[in-house]
Amino acid sequence: MDFLASIGRVFFGFLESVGRLAIFAVTAIATGLRPPYYPRQIMRQMLEIGYFSLPVIGLTAVFTGAVLALQSYSGFSRFNAESSIATVVVLSITRELGPVLSGLMVAGRIGAAFAAEIGTMRVTEQIDALTTLSTSPQKYLIFPRLLAGVLMLPCLVVVADIIGVFGGYLVSIHKLGFAPGPYLTSTFDFLKRIDVTSGLVKAAVFGFIIALMGCYHGYHSKGGAQGVGAATTNAVVSASILIFFANYFLTALFFGS
Amino acid sequence: MAPKIELVDVKKSFGKKVVLDGINLTVEKGESLVVIGGSGTGKSVLIKCILGLIKPDSGSIKIDGQEVTNLRGKEREELMRKFGMLFQGGALFDSLSVWENITFAVKQNEKISNQAAKDLAIEKLTSVGLGKEVAMLSPSELSGGMQKRVALARAICAKPDIIFFDEPTTGLDPIMADVINDLIIQCTKDLGLTTLSITHDMASASKIATNVAMLFEGKLIWQGRAQEIYHSKNAYVDQFVHGRAHGPITDGKIGTDGK
Repeated sequence: MDFLASIGRVFFGFLESVGRLAIFAVTAIATGLRPPYYPRQIMRQMLEIGYFSLPVIGLTAVFTGAVLALQSYSGFSRFNAESSIATVVVLSITRELGPVLSGLMVAGRIGAAFAAEIGTMRVTEQIDALTTLSTSPQKYLIFPRLLAGVLMLPCLVVVADIIGVFGGYLVSIHKLGFAPGPYLTSTFDFLKRIDVTSGLVKAAVFGFIIALMGCYHGYHSKGGAQGVGAATTNAVVSASILIFFANYFLTALFFGS
Repeated sequence: MAPKIELVDVKKSFGKKVVLDGINLTVEKGESLVVIGGSGTGKSVLIKCILGLIKPDSGSIKIDGQEVTNLRGKEREELMRKFGMLFQGGALFDSLSVWENITFAVKQNEKISNQAAKDLAIEKLTSVGLGKEVAMLSPSELSGGMQKRVALARAICAKPDIIFFDEPTTGLDPIMADVINDLIIQCTKDLGLTTLSITHDMASASKIATNVAMLFEGKLIWQGRAQEIYHSKNAYVDQFVHGRAHGPITDGKIGTDGK
């Protein structure tokens, strides 16, 4: 009986968290869509997510593209399929690795930063102070971050796609001895619009997940420094897991049939 | 005229722990009520219930005769304009400079140019005894006493009707504590405000209060004029105001009549 009861408890606990999270997200969006707006806050967060993540995203993408070309070459040369390398690189990057790796890197950078900043504001009563100054924390803190996440992640993924393909190109030309012209031609020959757009839609979803997890865990943190630390960890871990989870379903949605 | 703040039978529990157990309280216009009580007796929860940061389980809270427990959204923001709050740790926004902190609510409520806002912030800084060079600093560059003063400037800047002080002198040296007390008296007298403070610092309480109430185990066990606090004939209040280690509060005796 105790065993069943504990399963039930875990299950209800899970449902409760999902419900709380959904209410949090809906409230933030519903209040955020009504004026007054805070363009300065939105700009600040867009800069934080979009601009300051560029070096991390660029490095991740260039090495991912390079290693893809290297690995595909060593595998494909066994059955004389070297000519497919360019296609493999561009499809892997735009469909999967661009959005997922960018999402994970940004989850580490931004999810943690959001959770730590909002968590510290919570435990030092700055969030209460916002309320007493007739400002809704949902409007001022949460909504700009969610919006910036949804808008900026696709931009980052466009950059990651380009740099990733460029990384593959560099290795293919300079190390594997491909000719630049034909390599570029076969890169774009088999690339369809859906390959890129599906990646961008994924990115928007991941951006929402990252910002929501960072804000949610920060907003509900308690108990001083330790609580903020726990919130940061939870934000990054839950965002990363949800990214993999969402990625599977989005892929199934776009390419499943 | 309706009292500024009126609480009737307000109750709040967290899980099984009863924090507020039927609070009845009235604060008239121009009064300075200080709620005293030990740590963990629910003083902060009381203030946060009135401010609407925590929703009480039951009971009625009226501000200027208007029931406020169920206000949400726009109406709550309107109500918040009547309030100013000085948080225990200051709670200044560390992403903004001092002048932006002070004028935060004003910029929220009306269109005002940056230059006008800066001038207003400097004026408020002067009224809490700080120079204008402080305006451009960020809160992390200030000492604890200065942060408290800036927080006080922020609390009074949007001209509230009612100001709440949460442990205004905690963590300050005795001289700075007295400076803050003087500023509170000055601000409230000059502006004719109603204030509700919570503290366990008796020096501060007897200086800023016109009325005192004592909170113990979720109930207000004594209310009266500030002058009567040292002759309350209530054993609990006596123990607290004289800071004795032994007495009914610590011995866990039953009965709140003080006999």
